[in-house]
Amino acid sequence: MKNILILGAGTAGSMMANKLSRALNKKEWSIKVVDPGSTHFYQPGFLFIPFGIYGREDVVKPIGDLLPREAELIKGEVDVVRPNENKVLLTDGRSLSYDYLIIATGARLAPEETNGLTGPLWQKDIFEFYTMEGALALAERLKNFNGGKLVMSIVDMPFKCPIAPIEFVCLADDYFKKRGIRDRVEIYYVTPLSAAFTKPIAARMLGQVMQERNIHIVPDFYIERVDNENKKLISYDEREVPFDVLTIVPLNKGADFVQRSQLGDELNFIPVDKHTLQVPQYPNIFVLGDAAALPTSKAGSVAHFAGEILFENIMHVINGDKPAQKFDGHANCFIEVGQGKATLIDFNYDTEPLPGTYPLQGIGPLKLLGITRLNHWGKLAFRWIYWHLLVKGRTLPVSANMSMKGKKIVS
Amino acid sequence: MAEKIVAGRTIQVNDEGYMTNPSEWTREIAAELAKEEGITLTDKHYAVLEFIRQKALAGETLTIRKIGTSGIVDMKEFYQLFPGGPLKLASKLAGIPKPTSCV
Repeated sequence: MKNILILGAGTAGSMMANKLSRALNKKEWSIKVVDPGSTHFYQPGFLFIPFGIYGREDVVKPIGDLLPREAELIKGEVDVVRPNENKVLLTDGRSLSYDYLIIATGARLAPEETNGLTGPLWQKDIFEFYTMEGALALAERLKNFNGGKLVMSIVDMPFKCPIAPIEFVCLADDYFKKRGIRDRVEIYYVTPLSAAFTKPIAARMLGQVMQERNIHIVPDFYIERVDNENKKLISYDEREVPFDVLTIVPLNKGADFVQRSQLGDELNFIPVDKHTLQVPQYPNIFVLGDAAALPTSKAGSVAHFAGEILFENIMHVINGDKPAQKFDGHANCFIEVGQGKATLIDFNYDTEPLPGTYPLQGIGPLKLLGITRLNHWGKLAFRWIYWHLLVKGRTLPVSANMSMKGKKIVS
Repeated sequence: MAEKIVAGRTIQVNDEGYMTNPSEWTREIAAELAKEEGITLTDKHYAVLEFIRQKALAGETLTIRKIGTSGIVDMKEFYQLFPGGPLKLASKLAGIPKPTSCV
């Protein structure tokens, strides 16, 4: 019996467990999945919770319901990976051996890394919306927010779903308009980047979207600390941004065991070959999803596209061949801009988001970098696709690597 | 793309003034480029520049945090040495391409 061990039962881990269990002979292969939790969160849905569009019940399912019956779910926390022994130790002392290891433990928030962030105002006037508790607490606070400065800020790159803060301020604009108090709210977008987004063409377009919504961008702002007493953000170059309510993306880090296992970089993300997702020193260890240090977005779409390639490659490796497919860094994100509309970006390691159209079988082409209702419906429909197809490892009618079909070359 | 004569040597720079060929870099070129930015380089500056070059040439993506945890400077000092946008400025003086974030 050979063992495939998957660490993490999120998007990437669940998808791989489903794909591999369908493809491999049960008599020869055992698939184990380790996760400390019991709930699978539909993380793209967190964005809608602060505005009362989604509630808890819209974004949760039991982990076990999403894994194949043949896979064994082990509830536990990873202590350390011992790659030279092909073993993973759990904090409760259990030891699991593997022939192939897939690390899919994602990224976590590390608010404790920023001075003053988890001070007296944490969860009172300072919030994040990347966890269920955070998003729900923010929803309550926004209900009682009747005017003042709402500041959305980002501690550092990289972070999960890099367009979520842009969507947040656009949805906030919409939310306060609907409540009839938009003129009493100032919205600020504070970023360590020099513009709204990293890639120039999309940054111009998104910058304009924010300008039209009267959202003030504060660029190149690298947060040193949060002054709870005076309700201010302070940067390393001693600039200040005052707030009444602060919504923040705390520093994102990989899982702690990565550091204990000496597999990661300074943020506990794991460097891998960007085309095969293999850990260079240990060819039987692969890293999928946010846990990997890849030069592309930390996003579910990347985990999905990379997972398609990784599955093919693992099947090759298992059969004694070399990985044959190369992941190109493909990411694809719907971006909510409020008023029931959204835009869409599609890009990879080498090609930045371009305008044009994105072919989608059955639904018709979606507009890239254009603002349409169809894109918004696409984003909402994606939740069903996520639960029923993506996490289950079923094939979606989109290519794993990026296609130039429909894209317009501009500069 | 343009050529520029700095510290007696011809270097290739892009339209933002970043060197396009890191192998053309010398400590003297760094000192001249720093002068244009109103900075006089100290040993501490050079230690940061050498660190940045070493990481960048090894293909690593650099961040302010990576430099702030390098043991050479903390983030506050990094801002003091290279005021404004420290990573962009330090990259320019280290003769490596302008840092781009990967989204």
